[in-house]
Amino acid sequence: MTGSPLLRVEDLHVSYNTPTGLVRAVNGVSFELGREKLGIVGESGSGKSQTGRAILGLTAGAQVRARRLEFEGIDLLNASERTMRQIRGKCISMIMQDPKYSLNPVMTVGSQIEEAFLVHSKTSKREARARTLEMLRAVKIREPERVYKAYPHEVSGGMGQRIMIAMMMIPKPAIIIADEPTSALDVTVQLQVLAVLDDMIKERGMGLIFISHDLNLIASFCDRILVMYGGRVVEECIASELAQATHPYTRGLLNCLPSLDGGQDELPVLQRDPAWLTTPGGTR
Amino acid sequence: MSAELTLRGWLLAEIPKSKLQARCQRVFISWLSFRRNPIAMVGLLIVASLVGIAAMAPWITASDGLELHLANRLHAPGSEHWFGTDELGRDIFDRIIWGSRITLYIVGLVSIIVVPIGLLVGVVAGYLGGWVDTVLMRLTDIFLAFPRLILAMALVAALGPGLENAVLAIAVTTWSPFARIARAEALTIRNSEFILAARVQGVSTTGILIRHVTPLCMSSVIVRLTLDMAGIILTAAGLGFLGLGAQPPTPEWGAMISLGRQYLIDQWWVPTVPGIAILVVSLGFNLLGDGLRDVFDPKSGT
Amino acid sequence: MIDVRGLDVVFGHGKQAFHAVRDVSFSVERGHSFGLVGESGSGKTTVLRALAGLLDRVARVSGEMTVAQETLLRDRSREFRRRVQMVFQDPFGSLHPRHTVDTILGEPARVHRLDRISERIVTALEEVGLDASFRFRYPHQISGGQRQRVSIARALITDPEIILLDEPTSALDVSVQAEVLNLLMRLKRDHGLTYILVSHNLAVIAHMCETLSVMQNGAVVETMGVQQLRDHTPEMPYTRQLLTASLGYDRAAIDAFEEFT
Repeated sequence: MTGSPLLRVEDLHVSYNTPTGLVRAVNGVSFELGREKLGIVGESGSGKSQTGRAILGLTAGAQVRARRLEFEGIDLLNASERTMRQIRGKCISMIMQDPKYSLNPVMTVGSQIEEAFLVHSKTSKREARARTLEMLRAVKIREPERVYKAYPHEVSGGMGQRIMIAMMMIPKPAIIIADEPTSALDVTVQLQVLAVLDDMIKERGMGLIFISHDLNLIASFCDRILVMYGGRVVEECIASELAQATHPYTRGLLNCLPSLDGGQDELPVLQRDPAWLTTPGGTR
Repeated sequence: MSAELTLRGWLLAEIPKSKLQARCQRVFISWLSFRRNPIAMVGLLIVASLVGIAAMAPWITASDGLELHLANRLHAPGSEHWFGTDELGRDIFDRIIWGSRITLYIVGLVSIIVVPIGLLVGVVAGYLGGWVDTVLMRLTDIFLAFPRLILAMALVAALGPGLENAVLAIAVTTWSPFARIARAEALTIRNSEFILAARVQGVSTTGILIRHVTPLCMSSVIVRLTLDMAGIILTAAGLGFLGLGAQPPTPEWGAMISLGRQYLIDQWWVPTVPGIAILVVSLGFNLLGDGLRDVFDPKSGT
Repeated sequence: MIDVRGLDVVFGHGKQAFHAVRDVSFSVERGHSFGLVGESGSGKTTVLRALAGLLDRVARVSGEMTVAQETLLRDRSREFRRRVQMVFQDPFGSLHPRHTVDTILGEPARVHRLDRISERIVTALEEVGLDASFRFRYPHQISGGQRQRVSIARALITDPEIILLDEPTSALDVSVQAEVLNLLMRLKRDHGLTYILVSHNLAVIAHMCETLSVMQNGAVVETMGVQQLRDHTPEMPYTRQLLTASLGYDRAAIDAFEEFT
């Protein structure tokens, strides 16, 4: 990671008040993000999604505190809603799991992307249309004219996600937070969409936070990995060195994956140690 | 007090030991959720008071509200007659109290007729689909198309005036929306995996309809029923007002308004008090229905 | 044990007819696990549902299906329903939200008029690793993995011979998946069950099955023994691409991906 970090998170806590007591969704998470692909991997309830949302202030109803939550020197924790609105989309963008729920179903794809252009820069409608088609081509959509006129429900899942990526890229954000962006897609389409994302990120020198439950995917796609369990980061390592991970949870997770190569008789089952919830882990 | 503690403990136990306990726990938790809504509690209070008053009628009233005291006609509300007397000298307070029984009777009887029919038609139409669905829904549409009061009037005119006939007429005009609601739920549930699982098990269609589909339609139907209560009471009142429902001297609230309307200007209490009673009870059912809907709302995952 | 020849499933009529399954054939020996692998829309779940007799009102099913020497016609016999059970993908959707675990497990026993129902329920729960405290719980009170175990217990109550598994672990966390896969392996060994396992996850299939068929667009692309999969030597280019994609993100490989229509 060269240069100063784009995002600094120190001791992030996200808690919810529920009828059954206080739930600590994120319990002391710290990391930095530079111009790289950072993967956050964890199972359900690990707090990975909440971490992503807390950065953008999208955790409605939760109490968020942190020692530091900074984007390029701007304090995100205490920023006014007005500042956050400037940051969301323009500086830090988010891609979510199902494009069906993020794309407006009653507008054509083209008009939605165009709208994003017109909001973020002063261009003529004709210019916006030309750039929309260019954007669709940039995300490897082969018939941009047809897709331009189509409605979200008429395009496939993979195409929908690529359209989302196109839309998110328009305001040229510095960071993209992708929360399970490809989990709903077939495996070949998944990789093609990630390739598009990869190219765009490299081209523009952006930072990516990639949140997923798929350990193998993150290990092969990202540069660095954070493993989360029970709201904490239990391991931080370089993606290529995942096999040498030290924390028992990470090792347990790696071991219990069925592999394509061996036919083991029984998969070693992850034994959860309650100590993982209290002791700080990882290489920090 | 220790018995109370044990009951609460039983209801909040971590591990239910029987189906009955599990069911009671579910109801108790729904109750706790319902209790948090103050407006819903007001609705419940009103409805509970209605039931309580109807039950306690013989002890709260001084008379049976039917005796004539022509010397006492049209007395204003005062210490002797809390709501005054009507045109025939009958104590209005007592008539209101006895009238609550009639209101409950109407509401109860209509519910017992309408809910099973609506559920049956809706669930069968929604689950089976195809021509069964088409036929049943067209039947429902026919009944839905008639304006409620007009059809009720026509039926009562044909069958003759009287409380039971009014109830029947109201029931006939009220069941259609319940069939629609039940059908909508059944359509959603039809392709759920737990239904497929039941089919793979070899559960008969009847079994699936009764044990799997109907229980999931119940909450929507019950909520709709409580919200419709106001309408049912008003229709009965309307029929009573037109002289087609309860016959004199029965103290049905709508009939009381009808007979008392000519006294509205000078002896306002004669038609107004039963009118307020209808208003309060309709409101109570409405608020209760809203509260129940909040508790049962499927989006909150109950 | 199971023999399928020329299975065809068509949804809808005329112009909107959708040929979900085309001329699919395979056979499964007693006590074996057979895998059906494919991406979404490949028709693998439809094949399973056709076998289970769930499609009779919604699609036209043609072809021959024989299970334990019984030729399957339009309706399934009671004996078939006892012998052949199914476990579904969504642990949240495959249990009735208003039924307790006890009711859910008791239902198949009652349908097939088995005796000692209460005992069977307790035994089934033990076999899937759940203790008696789960018996009167509702589905929303237990976790996804536990619900899937209840689904499996439900499948075991009638003492079946064949279990059809539709993506049984796709909706589960990885650690829970391992436990459920181990459970399925153990049950198969202990009860001599025959499995047909549908999944989009090649690793799960490679772990669980002896033979598999790869499906695409309703047709079988390739059938092979699992060793061929483990050795990474499938014949058809579609299968090879699927295998490569399953190994993770490899930029060079992705650029070489073809569109198979």
